[in-house]
Parts: sequence; structure tokens; C-alpha cells
Amino acid sequence: MVAINLIKKLDTADGSIEAHFELELQEGEFITLFGASGAGKTTLLRMIAGLEKPQSGKIEVNGEVWFDSQKKIDIAPQKRKVGFVFQDYALFPTMSVKENLLFAAEDDEQRKNVASLIEMVELTSLENRLPHSLSGGQKQRVALARALVRQPKIILLDEPLSALDPTMRQKLQNELAFIHKKFGVTTLLVSHDVAETVKLSDRLAHVEAGKIVKICPPMEFFSHHTLSGKLQLIGEVLKIEEDFPITVVTLLVGSSVVKTIVTCKEAQEFQIGSQAIISSKAFNPILMPVR
Amino acid sequence: MESEFLSTIALTFKLASITTVILLFIAIPLASFLVFSKMRFKSIIEAIVSMPLVLPPSVLGFYLLIAFTPSSAIGSFLGDHGIHLAFSFNGLVVGSVLFSLPFMVHPIQSALSQVPPSIFEAAYTLGKSKLTTMLRVILPTIRHGVISGIVLAFAHTVGEFGVILMIGGNIPGETRVASIAIYDEVESLNYDVAHQYALTLFVVTFAILLLVYTLNKKSLGAR
Repeated sequence: MVAINLIKKLDTADGSIEAHFELELQEGEFITLFGASGAGKTTLLRMIAGLEKPQSGKIEVNGEVWFDSQKKIDIAPQKRKVGFVFQDYALFPTMSVKENLLFAAEDDEQRKNVASLIEMVELTSLENRLPHSLSGGQKQRVALARALVRQPKIILLDEPLSALDPTMRQKLQNELAFIHKKFGVTTLLVSHDVAETVKLSDRLAHVEAGKIVKICPPMEFFSHHTLSGKLQLIGEVLKIEEDFPITVVTLLVGSSVVKTIVTCKEAQEFQIGSQAIISSKAFNPILMPVR
Repeated sequence: MESEFLSTIALTFKLASITTVILLFIAIPLASFLVFSKMRFKSIIEAIVSMPLVLPPSVLGFYLLIAFTPSSAIGSFLGDHGIHLAFSFNGLVVGSVLFSLPFMVHPIQSALSQVPPSIFEAAYTLGKSKLTTMLRVILPTIRHGVISGIVLAFAHTVGEFGVILMIGGNIPGETRVASIAIYDEVESLNYDVAHQYALTLFVVTFAILLLVYTLNKKSLGAR
């Protein structure tokens, strides 16, 4: 179990605030930190990894104390067994894919494991390539595999998929889900993406201005309890076309484009790029097998 | 004559090589400090490092000469420990290190400042110490900056004149380097010998730069 209780002064666009994060992760749990930019999600990850120092508080991972301001314990990032995946991948540019992973290995057993990790992220044919010759998705997979080499106690993912195109993002979401299932490592993900959050996480922690204001299963968070629909899809608004008296809203759900209709008045609640839920009663959808 | 020519050229490149090696060990920590330190007085150190770029060599040479003189506090202290820097090869090394400092520090500093912080942090979260990270991740990444620094510092030391003349004088085999020899030979109207020195410096420095830039381009292409 991972128990976090940290206080940290955050400098935000609206002046400085005192962030207070309280969070418990069960062994093997996948929690997504969801919320607006500047709420302190990344800072929380960095504090857990030891890259930033909290003002006060405590971090305990599987019974091991990593940070305790009262007992003046502050374990160096090198000694904390975390797997950190950075937004910009942070691959070592002069090392090949394989060398990046081997550099992380601490003993022969971990070195032996490198090949199977590379195979798992489907990069065996590219293992001797340097990072600059890889695509964004490939780089991210190297970063992920590298973070797993030391068999970390917790994986910290800082918006790992935000720079990728939707198709690649979906593919990597599936891979992340697969890896999480296979290794069962406790994982903390920072994400803005609703679909990603719903797909991957056991629980969602909503972060607002340095506080975790709500923790619940992701579907419960997004459906707000108000809709009693049997079918719910979450998508991104692509286009809003007014055609009085109705408005056609085009959404991207997964990788398919869906058009739906709202009244002109309702349309004012949507913006292009924002997330929206399409819901429907159980008798409404027409279901057909795909041939 | 011939042996004097060779010993002067050899002395010139010996001075440049020693200076460059010493600078390499000073410049990497110094450049890291300038890039990463959040100290308030960092600008002062930055200014001191860059001073030789704008200061007339004779000014630096003059102060060094005064400091090195056995009658000064520093000079007598060094003298008590058996170190005599004025008009000696060791004095030239000290002067050259100071004078070529910015030429080594600046390229390394600018290369270091372009390395994303996450590269360092990634290495730390993978359990690597700061030293290991520097040696195995960062130095290979900024090798082009390091090579530029080495070449510039070396070439600048070969071409140095003012500081050397002030603190080293013109002692054959001890402090007489090629740039001084050229001046000296021209003064004595020995244009042939001056030509010999000048052309040698010209060809050798051009060859070094050409080699480095060709290698640099090749390794860039392979990346």
C-alpha cells in the first residue's frame, strides 16, 4: 500500500497556494489524477519520486518510509524504487533502445529481463536504433519499458500519451492496460483524457487547486449520477454546426466520429475540444454484429 | 636555428595541450555550476569567467606578473613552496588557463543548458548517481559542446600573445612560444624565420579545425 500525505507551496497563475494531497493506493491499484493544468498533479508525482521536496508530510510505500518531515527522513530519488515516465519521454539520446534499458538495469537478472521487456513493447526489431529515429509512440514505449526494468514499487506516468495522435494514443492505452494487468504494479497516472482515464483506472482522483476533492471510480465521476442511461459514451466535441432550430454536434468517440443533435440552447454548453457524454436508454440503440 | 625552431613549436603545442587538459577538468564542473546553481552571486562568477573575452591581454598579464613577482604576497608565498611562476613555463600555463577559460566554458555551458532537465531526472529515478549521470548520459549528449570547447581553447592558447609576453618574456626553450617568436623575428627583420613560424601555425591550426569539424559532421550525420 502507498500512503501519501503531503503539504507543498505551489506557485500558480493565480498566486501561490498551499497544496495538501492525501491519497492512499492499494497494492496493484491504478489511480488517475485528473484535473486542470496547474492544479499540482505533476508536482505530486515529482514529490513521490523525490524530484521535488514537500514542505511537510509523509510518503510511505509498502511499509517503507520515503519521506517524513517530522523524522527528517528524505530518501534520495535514486533510492526510491519508482518508474517515472516523463511527458517528453526523456530517453538518453546517445544510447540505443536496448542501451537505454540496460543502463537502468542494476543486476544480471534485470539485464536478462531487458530483451523480454523490449519484446513486450514490440520494439525488438528497433532495439539498436537511437531514440531520435523513433516515432513518438515508439519513444513512449521505450520510456515505459525502461521504467519497468528496475521492477519499481510504483509507476508514475506524467501525461505519457498527451503528445501522441489519437490512434497511437488508443493503442498505447491498451498496452498500458495490458502491462498493468501483467505486472500488477501500483500506478499513478496524470491525465486530461477522459477516455484514457475511464479505460485504465480503478479510481479517479479529481485534483483541484492542490487538493484531491473527490476519489471515485471514473465512470461514477463522469456520469455525475444524474443520468440514468444504460449506454454511455464519452467523446470529444469536434464540430458544432447550428442549423436552426437544432444544432448538429460532431463527436470523436474512441476513433469513430459520431453525429448527434441538440437544441440550439443546449449547444451553448459545448465547446469544440471539450468532453461530452452521449447516453441512451437501453431500448434505443440498434445493435448489429459486425461482419 | 632548426632545433630552436622545432623546440619553439613543440613548446607552443605543449603549452596548448597542457592548458586544454587542465581547462577540461575545470570547465565541466564550472559550466555545470553556471547552468544549474541558483546562487545569488552566480552572475559575478559568470562575469569573471567571461572577463578575458573583453579584457586586453596585457591587463591580465600585468596583474599576473605583479602577483607572480617574488616581492608580492602571492609570489613570496609560492616561492616559499618552491613555485616560481614569473618568467617560467608553469607561469605560462596558469596565465593561459585563465585567459582561455571562457573559450572552454561557454560552449560546454550552452550545450548543457540545452539538455532537458527530465534527462537528468530520468537517470536519477533509474537509480543513477549525479556522477554516473554526468559521465554516462550527459557528457556523451553534450560531446559536441565539449569538442568545440577543446578546439577553441587549444587554438586560442596557440594564438595567445599578450599575456605570454607579459608574464613569460621570451626565454628560448622555456617561455618562447611561436607567436612571440614571430614578433621577435620580425623585429630583427628575419622575415624567413618569421614565415616559417607563421606558416606552421597557419597550417597546423587549420588542419586541427578541419579534422574536428569533419569528425563532428560525420558523427552528427550518424546520429
